[in-house]
Amino acid sequence: MSALPPKLQEYLDDFGFITTREERADFLIDIADSFQPVPSAVATKPYDEAHRVIGCESEAFVWAVDRPDGRLDYYFDVLNPQGLSAMAMSAILDEACSGAPLEQVANITGDVVFSFFGRDISMGKGRGLTELINAVVYHASQRL
Amino acid sequence: MSDIKSRGYANADKLVSTDWVAAHLTDEHVRIIESNEDPLLYPSGHIPGAVEVDWVKDLNDPLRRDYLDKAGFAALASRIGISPATTVIFYGDKSNWWATYALWVFELFGHTNAKIMDGGRLKWAEEGRELTREKPVIAPSSYDAPARDDSQIRAFRDGVLQHIEAGGQLVDVRSPGEFSGETLHMPGYPQEGAVRGGHIPGASSCPWSRAANEDGTFKNAADLRAIYLDELGLNPEEPTVAYCRIGERSSHTWFVLTNLLGFGDVRNYDGSWTEWGNSVGLPIEK
Repeated sequence: MSALPPKLQEYLDDFGFITTREERADFLIDIADSFQPVPSAVATKPYDEAHRVIGCESEAFVWAVDRPDGRLDYYFDVLNPQGLSAMAMSAILDEACSGAPLEQVANITGDVVFSFFGRDISMGKGRGLTELINAVVYHASQRL
Repeated sequence: MSDIKSRGYANADKLVSTDWVAAHLTDEHVRIIESNEDPLLYPSGHIPGAVEVDWVKDLNDPLRRDYLDKAGFAALASRIGISPATTVIFYGDKSNWWATYALWVFELFGHTNAKIMDGGRLKWAEEGRELTREKPVIAPSSYDAPARDDSQIRAFRDGVLQHIEAGGQLVDVRSPGEFSGETLHMPGYPQEGAVRGGHIPGASSCPWSRAANEDGTFKNAADLRAIYLDELGLNPEEPTVAYCRIGERSSHTWFVLTNLLGFGDVRNYDGSWTEWGNSVGLPIEK
């Protein structure tokens, strides 16, 4: 199995210890609280629709900015103020994928959503979060 | 949005405003209940005193595909501290989509003293009203729940088949892509998908969200009549069945047709497309 970005693997390991719905929610809320929207130096509203995550009802946007070392920095925004899950997923992806080797980012698959959010999330929410991951993976894959 | 009473609804008493809720936060005869799609929202901040009812862990049987039974409802009612006389006010995310779902399940148990806070969680938050992470301490109540009554507002597969064979009214509240059969299920979610795509023959397509304004409030009666009566041609006097994929979106339309437009006989087919599109031999249109 190919390697994932180490920070993402660390998150996955941490979530593996969660045993209750309440623990999961508290952990994700803490992560969502750390979410930082895209800085104005990268993008300003109204955002270019090319950066919108199709299928995400929380109105998430993703940007990938090239670094001198050939890797990418990722930036996100979530326009729906109630899009807490999208904010948590964005914060995880930002921390795990910005500056990570592109090959590792390209290895991420959408099913990590289940590891973070559990198997009983609704189809719509699962789809939106999966598409958020797909957008990040797409940018990495395009540069390989 | 205008005052609820002025919007021409058939049963305006089924809706309360955020002002009304704010004035009844400590009313011992009222229980505020949050029901969301997103399980992070309630713990991240809710209306003071509100309890959570989760559509997965609280309303569904953990084993069979069905809703909780009499004992399960009694236990849920006890946990949230209500009696049959308590006025329960539901609110939630997604224009109260999940709130209407919870209300519909409560009405299966005869708890009809249930209302929706118009505009839901989004309206409350955007008005700058208080949200707290403090969970209320609820004294368990005793609730002598009746057996669940599926005969009035719930539809089953065989009944829907008879309904369409008789030319009955049917509303498909899914997205146009699901209605046309273009979409079967989302990637990674085959358990909520179906083997066949399309819609139940004779169904009219009307995505549930058309009944809501952008701020999450319900459209007024005139606008709703323009959609469901004028555009779709539904007759309020005729039996009507609403369905979606698993019965949650269609509970919103059930609420609209029943309470806001006064249709006399509306049933929510919760088996919906995940049952119909997987069943052998049932008719399908594309």
